[in-house]
Amino acid sequence: MANAERTSSERFWRFALYGALLFAAAYYLLPLYVMVTTSVKGIEEIRAGNLIAMPTAITFDAWSKAWSSACTGVSCNGLSGYFWNSVRMVIPAVAISTMLGAINGYILSKWRFPGSNLVFAMILFGVFMPFQVLLLPMAQTLGWLGLANTTTGLVFVHVVCGTASTTLFFRNYYVGIPDELIKAARLDGAGFWRIFWRIILPMSTPIIMVTLIWQFTQIWNDFLFGVVFASGDAQPITVGLNNLANTSTSVKEYNVDMAAALIAALPTILVYVFAGKYFVRGLTAGAVKG
Amino acid sequence: MSTPTAHYGFAERWLPRLVLAPSFLLSLIFLYGFIAWNGYLSFTTSRLLPSYEWAGLVQYATLFDNERWWVAVRNLGIFAVLFIGGSMAIGITLAILLDQKVRFEGAIRTLYLYPMALSFVVTGTAWKWMLNPGLGLEKLMHDWGFTNFTFDWLVNSDMSIYTVVIAGLWQSSGFVMALFLAGLRGVDDSIIKAAQIDGASLPRIYWKIILPALRPVVFSTLMILSHIAIKSFDLVMALTGGGPGFSSDLPATFMYSMAFTRGQTGLGAASAMMMLATVAAIVVPYLYSELRKDNNG
Repeated sequence: MANAERTSSERFWRFALYGALLFAAAYYLLPLYVMVTTSVKGIEEIRAGNLIAMPTAITFDAWSKAWSSACTGVSCNGLSGYFWNSVRMVIPAVAISTMLGAINGYILSKWRFPGSNLVFAMILFGVFMPFQVLLLPMAQTLGWLGLANTTTGLVFVHVVCGTASTTLFFRNYYVGIPDELIKAARLDGAGFWRIFWRIILPMSTPIIMVTLIWQFTQIWNDFLFGVVFASGDAQPITVGLNNLANTSTSVKEYNVDMAAALIAALPTILVYVFAGKYFVRGLTAGAVKG
Repeated sequence: MSTPTAHYGFAERWLPRLVLAPSFLLSLIFLYGFIAWNGYLSFTTSRLLPSYEWAGLVQYATLFDNERWWVAVRNLGIFAVLFIGGSMAIGITLAILLDQKVRFEGAIRTLYLYPMALSFVVTGTAWKWMLNPGLGLEKLMHDWGFTNFTFDWLVNSDMSIYTVVIAGLWQSSGFVMALFLAGLRGVDDSIIKAAQIDGASLPRIYWKIILPALRPVVFSTLMILSHIAIKSFDLVMALTGGGPGFSSDLPATFMYSMAFTRGQTGLGAASAMMMLATVAAIVVPYLYSELRKDNNG
C-alpha cells in the first residue's frame, strides 16, 4: 500500500502506533540513560540537578573510583578484583557446561537407549528447580571438597546447575538433524565419536553460539551462588556491585553506584549488542522447546 | 535410531551410556541427592550448624508460625500476579504493535529487549537510585512543579514490594515481547488472509484467530515468568534488601537470611522445601506433557 493511497484515518492510526512504540522505547531506555548520565556527573551536580538533566560537565572520576577505589564493605579497592573473579569464573564454567551439554544432547537425541527419556527428564528438572534446595547441602559439600570460597567451587556449582539447560538446548537442536545422516555414517563404519566430531559438531555452530551466550549471561549475572558460596577474594562482580551499592557510608555516591552498575553490566551488554540475534534465539530456545 | 541394532558391537552400544554416566551421576547426586539431604535437614533440629537429630515437623510448625514467612508468601503472591500479568500484558501489546509492518522494527525490538541482558542486581541498583525519595523521581517531579508529588514506595513498608514489581516489569516485559513476536511470525499467513477477505477487522483477527493459535507460547511464557517470580532473589536483595524491615521479603530472600545470616538452618531448609513444592506443582505436569508429546511425535 503506497503512502499516497492512505486515508486520513489510516494515517492517524499509523501515527498513534509509532507514538506508542516510541513511548515504550523511552520507558526501556530511561534507566540506561539515567545510569549513564549519572555516572559522568559530579556528586554536587547530582544533588543540585535532577534525575534526567544532561550532565553540564562530564567527568569520569566516578568510573575510576568504581573500578579501583570505591568501598565494598571493609575493603576499598573498587570492583576490578570482583570483575576479574567473574572473568575467571565464567570462562571455564561456560566452556565445560557447553561441552557436556553438546555430548549429552548428542546421546539423548541420536543414541537413545531404554530409559534415556527418563534420564533426560531427570536432567531437565534441573532447569526448573529452585536452587534454594541445593544451597545448604552444597555449602557443606564444597567445604568437604576444600572448594568453599574459591572460584573453582563456583565454577563447579555453575557446571552442575548449568548442564541441565545446555543439555536441553543441544538435545532439542539435534533432534532436528535427520537420523538418516547418522545411519549413513554408521553404514560407512563411523563410530560414536567419529560421527560426533565429523558430522554433528560441524553442524552445531548456531546452537553452540546460543548456548555460549545463554550460559555466559546466566553465569555472569548470577548473584545467589556468588553470595552464598564465595567470600572475600573469590566473590563475583554481582556481589561486588551489591556490596558497593548497599554499603552505608555517610555520603551516598550515586554516580559511583551507577558507574559500578554499568561496569557490571558491560560484558553482557556487549554480548547483546554484538550477538543479539543469538541472544534472542537463546531466550526463545530456552522458552519454546523444539 | 532409538534402538541400536544388533550388528553394532557391545562397546558401541554401551559407549553412549558410559559417556552420559558422569552427567547422570552429577544430577543424581547434586540435584536429587541434595534435595533429599535438604529435605532431611528440614526435619532436624539444625540451628547454626546442621545437626542430624530427627525432630519431625518442628521446623515446619515454626515456619508456619513465623510472621515473616507469611509476609514473604503474601509478597510472592502480589509480586507473581502483578509481575506475570503485567509482563504478559505489556509484552503481548508491544508484540502486536511491532507486528504491524513497522519501520526500524529491528532497532526498536533491540531497545525493548536489552534489559534482559542485565543482571537483576544491576536492575535493582539502577531502580534504587531512580526511586529513592530524596533525589530520584520525586525530586524530578518537584522540579517540574508538582510539589505535592510524593513517591516513597522504596522506604514505605506497605508499598516496598510494588517497587520490586516495577523493576521486574522493566526487566522482563521485553522478553515476553520477543517470545510473542516470534510466535506471531509463526502463525500461518493464509488463515489471516482468508479472514481478511471475509471482512474480519484487525482486532477481531487477533482476538479470534491469532491469539488462540499462540496458546503454546502463552503457556511457556507463563511457566517461565512464574519460575522467575518464585526464584526472585537478586532483584529484592539489590533493590530493597528485603526491607524496610522484612516488608519486601520473598521466600527466596527469607530462605537466604534464615539459612545463612540468622543461623536457622533447619528453618531455611524447610522454607526451601516449600519453594520446591511450589515449583514442582507447576513444572512437573508441564514436563510430563512435554515429554509425552515428544514420545508421540
